[in-house]
Amino acid sequence: MSAPADAPVLVLGARSDIARALAERFAARGHPVQLAARDPGAIERDRADLAERHGVPVTAHAFDALDTAAFEGVLDALPAVPHVVVSAVGFMPDHEASAADPDLAARVIASNLTGPALMLEAAARRLAALDADTAVIGIGSVAGDRGRAKNYVYGAAKAGFAAWLSGMRQKHARSRLLVMTVKPGFVATAMTEGMDLPARLTTTPEALAGRILAAFDRRRPVHVDLVWRGIMTVITLMPERVFMRTKF
Amino acid sequence: MRAGDEISGWGRWPRRVCRVTAPRDPGAVAAAAAAGPTAIARGLGRAYGDSALNPAGTVSTRHLDRILAFDPATGLLEAEAGLSLARIIETFLPRGFFPAVTPGSKFVTLGGAIAADVHGKNHHGAGSFADHVAWIDLLGPDGTVRRCGPDRDAALFDATAGGMGLTGIVLRAGLRLAPVESGWIAQRTVAAPDLDAAIATFEETLDATYSVAWIDCLATGAARGRSLVHLGAHARRAELPAEKAAAPFATPRRRSRRVPLDAPSWALNAWSVRAFNQLYWRAGQRAPAARLVDWDGYFYPLDALLEWNRIYGARGFTQYQCALPLATARDALADQLDAIAAAGAGSFLAVLKRFGPGAPARPLSFPIEGYTLALDFPVTAAALTLMDRLDEITAAAGGRLYLAKDARMTQRMLETGYGAGVDRLRRLMAEAEGPLRFSSLQARRLGL
Repeated sequence: MSAPADAPVLVLGARSDIARALAERFAARGHPVQLAARDPGAIERDRADLAERHGVPVTAHAFDALDTAAFEGVLDALPAVPHVVVSAVGFMPDHEASAADPDLAARVIASNLTGPALMLEAAARRLAALDADTAVIGIGSVAGDRGRAKNYVYGAAKAGFAAWLSGMRQKHARSRLLVMTVKPGFVATAMTEGMDLPARLTTTPEALAGRILAAFDRRRPVHVDLVWRGIMTVITLMPERVFMRTKF
Repeated sequence: MRAGDEISGWGRWPRRVCRVTAPRDPGAVAAAAAAGPTAIARGLGRAYGDSALNPAGTVSTRHLDRILAFDPATGLLEAEAGLSLARIIETFLPRGFFPAVTPGSKFVTLGGAIAADVHGKNHHGAGSFADHVAWIDLLGPDGTVRRCGPDRDAALFDATAGGMGLTGIVLRAGLRLAPVESGWIAQRTVAAPDLDAAIATFEETLDATYSVAWIDCLATGAARGRSLVHLGAHARRAELPAEKAAAPFATPRRRSRRVPLDAPSWALNAWSVRAFNQLYWRAGQRAPAARLVDWDGYFYPLDALLEWNRIYGARGFTQYQCALPLATARDALADQLDAIAAAGAGSFLAVLKRFGPGAPARPLSFPIEGYTLALDFPVTAAALTLMDRLDEITAAAGGRLYLAKDARMTQRMLETGYGAGVDRLRRLMAEAEGPLRFSSLQARRLGL
């Protein structure tokens, strides 16, 4: 186990399905949970559910990933200093629209890269100063490993997020802070609902959360599901001249 | 975007391509229901037939599963409609509470249990599911959410309990859980050599908390209707042996297995069912008269076999469950057993149960005081013909069929069985007309 069971866990972007599944796992272990989302009223039902089922303190907090100036204030207002901070913030609108509309493209970059990275940066600074095993966990995406015609705006943001986390990991390597990058493949969530995803390659948020926690317990810096490690190895090794002609 | 998903009820017959939406917030349900001309709510898909199928709009409540509050002083649980009984038990049995009424599967939702007004092995004493519901929040045809219950807006509540989703979509409910002292059931089995003995056993054991019988529907002659009547009650802590009393809610976790593929269509036939019944009857006679059974094995023996509906093969199956009034039940059951044996159409699962008084205020609630027989059959021409014959016997006896199991009854059979209740529900639906319309394939078949 990578954090004592009474250590609070802050979950950013708490309305997402992966966030909820992770919050569930941490609460089941007995951790107090701090749920943060743009509209804390919308996560009240999640708060009540987690608290009632697991008998742990669960609080709801306002956090807007685009309001970077407020980040330190969000951390100051928490009822206890978290030892684990998870970011499941993400935004994936229609790709063609985000490639054509500069405002939308900027929002994709801000929601998937600038916002979560700056928030984890601020959290990491505080956590690294604690004399305890702490962690920040960023949920990225395999979409950042290589830009594809179908979603390169989102992919570019996730690539930047992964690079940011990699740098933070090196910076904090000598502290007791673990900087963990998670790169899921296809997950059946609200974000992917209605997409025709291949069933064999699509996992559930609950199953993914279980594997993330197993990797966290072993203090793995990067987690990619086994099947996606294989797929992404092939995709990233493909010569550019070959890759540009493929259609996936 | 897909045009829809091919879905079915638990019996895998019929299957239809339906436009399924799964709102993630109770506030988004109205918009989901308004997306097509009509809509029906769907929980975990355990209704056997076409109750929760609507090609134009099927609204899944699978994401609406939050527990909102629980009061240990009263046992009142407030939760969203997509919450399953499995999760209720997982959460509250360790705290000494159990659903006051549970059907034979824990993979049903709160909303579905209300919509079908499900019953359990304790119907003769505890009534049906809605008897333990304090209130519901119902999204109605006008698009607003109304809180109703036995003590407020009772007509709407009554029409919804058993109303198969036709009055609207249940978003939240208050459910009273029953206090229990352990996770164990003290079970006693009585071997009844024929139908009269089985009925006599039920009538003599009305004080038992739970009672249900496995009935051999292929036995003929003197053995016709032979049954193993299982009686049970929640074991009190003092009744448990010391090692169990120390942790009264710690029951062994059962390993569940998945049926890996569709069984070939010949696997279940009169011969294999007859052989199974013979073995089961003998084993039941030899079994110790009283024993402790864990809650999961007692209430949900089939849940351990995930996707057990595949044992009937790809063609699917249907359940036949009728309720027969006390006065006519014995003769009607005898006639039905004769018809089944004559057709040689074995039902793998055959269950007989004594019902207590029903809920006449609820137009489509199934139970009536008397007996209920539940059988399942593969979907074959012979079985469908047999079920038509069973319908005649049920109707002549003043009985009715269970909508949650049905995929085939006629409108006339519904109207005969439920009498004035059908028109009462139709009137209530007509009066409540609004921008949202609730309907299912079953409702259309039955003229509701």
